[in-house]
Amino acid sequence: MKRAGFSTRWLPILLLLPQLSIILIFFYWPAAHAVKSSFYLQDPFGFGETFVGMKNYTSLLNSSAYLRSAQFTVVFTLLVTILSLSLALLLAVKADKVIKGAKAYRTLLMWVYAVAPPVAGVIGLVLFDQTWGPLKDFFGLFGWDFRLGVNYFDTAFAMVVVSVWKQLPVNFIFFLSGLQSIPKSVREAALIDNRSASGRFWDVTFPLLAPTAFFLLIINITYALFDTFGIIDTVVKGEPSNNPMTLVYRVYVDGFRGNDLGGSSAQSVVLMVLVLALTVFQFRMVERRIHYT
Amino acid sequence: MAQVTLNALRKVYPNGFEAVKPASFTIEKGEFVVLVGPSGCGKSTMLRMIAGLEDITEGDLHIGDRVVNAVDPADRDIAMVFQNYALYPHMTVRKNIGYGLKNRKIAKDVINQKVEDAANLLNLNDYLDRKPSQLSGGQRQRVAMGRAIVRDPSLFLFDEPLSNLDAKLRNQMRIEIKALQRRLGVTSVYVTHDQVEAMTMADRIIVMNGGEIEQIGTPSEVYHSPASTFVASFMGAPPMNLLDAMRENGAVMVGGQKVAEFDGSGLVTLGVRPEDILPDTNGAFEIDVTLIEELGAHRILHAVWAGQSIMISVAKDVAAETGPLRVVIKPDTLSYFDPQTGRRL
Repeated sequence: MKRAGFSTRWLPILLLLPQLSIILIFFYWPAAHAVKSSFYLQDPFGFGETFVGMKNYTSLLNSSAYLRSAQFTVVFTLLVTILSLSLALLLAVKADKVIKGAKAYRTLLMWVYAVAPPVAGVIGLVLFDQTWGPLKDFFGLFGWDFRLGVNYFDTAFAMVVVSVWKQLPVNFIFFLSGLQSIPKSVREAALIDNRSASGRFWDVTFPLLAPTAFFLLIINITYALFDTFGIIDTVVKGEPSNNPMTLVYRVYVDGFRGNDLGGSSAQSVVLMVLVLALTVFQFRMVERRIHYT
Repeated sequence: MAQVTLNALRKVYPNGFEAVKPASFTIEKGEFVVLVGPSGCGKSTMLRMIAGLEDITEGDLHIGDRVVNAVDPADRDIAMVFQNYALYPHMTVRKNIGYGLKNRKIAKDVINQKVEDAANLLNLNDYLDRKPSQLSGGQRQRVAMGRAIVRDPSLFLFDEPLSNLDAKLRNQMRIEIKALQRRLGVTSVYVTHDQVEAMTMADRIIVMNGGEIEQIGTPSEVYHSPASTFVASFMGAPPMNLLDAMRENGAVMVGGQKVAEFDGSGLVTLGVRPEDILPDTNGAFEIDVTLIEELGAHRILHAVWAGQSIMISVAKDVAAETGPLRVVIKPDTLSYFDPQTGRRL
């Protein structure tokens, strides 16, 4: 087969240059800078820095607050990812079966997609509010004295609920379109081959959805780790002390509220390594089990 | 093997469209029945009702000695071959063929043996560990067949299984399917819009049009004694010539010439197959040949007879040229239809 190519070597480089320079300036350069400053102790007022070697890292590992955040991040990410994926899949499977009023139903489910994370946080705040939140009153009926921003568990609960709610529509849209791209006749063949609806789902439907699910898994982990910043910021704003926070939020709190730029950089570097490891794991371990049609 | 009986089976969609008008017929044990008709005639809907993929609006469906109206497709003891094969893309050929058995709680070694046997029968041995995407169209169609035969169902259903294949492969698979069905002796219902498939494969043909059954009969009955002008023009390529004729004094006249003896009076539609009109220098009728289609084994002559266009089919060794031609009509091959209703008289 004839390969299409450029006649000069410079044209492709020239065409790639805008994209490459954006990546270099906004991703690699700050990342390199973060790595560098993680080995220094910065003067809070910007008057200089002292090389401290690995000290920023060792103090992280000795900080119980940091370890607690790390622990919370793992739990939070797992919960948000698993819940938002499984609930969205359930809703998509059900919505796929709806015949009457399917469009209205789907539109309603997708609506939340348009809500920005901080706004979602504010809506969460209103729902869970201490004085006039309807959900707080609702929990009270069951004897649950819900205290947002005061009780660690209650705050974490609200964060998970709002984060899952915000992410559901994205997953829903992808799962629904994934379901609808499965040929009708393949499902009908399964209908004749297997009398059990759950058997058909796990043997035929789910494997054919796997490429979508894998894509969403990556998107959702990234979301839970990073994009929930806006929601967490709105929920814990002003009083981060005893409240749960994710590692990403802690980078911001320690770096820009606490002015510990070196320590905050060290945290960023830890996060970078974590994400790198996670991505490698996902592609090596999970993706090879997926059949792409 | 099972007998299948449809008792006034009817399908009306929620939007009020009556896809299948009440239809009744019985398919005998081991019989190969072909449902044929133009697209939208309700043949696929009929098949899907038998399969259980479509709800039955009214009427009873018997497979064997059970009424299966409310039985799930998986419990009807049927196997279906779909137009686009409907293979599970993520499973190997082996798993595709064995999937239906696996869900019927059959021991693994029995499944393996049955899959091997089916693969042997269909020449798929070398492909058992491939995925469908690595197979050609004909091979995929065989896998779909394998999935059907491995289960030993009492009824095979085919939904236009060959229409995605190229012409050559279609002819080959047509014979393979027919031979396989003969060998296994499984009752089969086969849907197609291709009248050649219907003629060559069927024990009995059911011709459908507009949700209604036009005729049920053997290929020869349907071809030689069509029950309506629709069947006459749908079956056969080229189709039966349909001519406006007059009945006078116990004779049928075309263009003022007597063609045959027939009772009654008034207009009648005369049907004559293109191969039943023969060139003959002493022929009683003169037609005007306007166009000749060369098909190798035979030729189709397009002609005008008494102001009406007709086609005649002649063998390759009959010299043909455009212009006037004298012909005879084989007398006992004619069909007569009511010009209003189109039904056979």
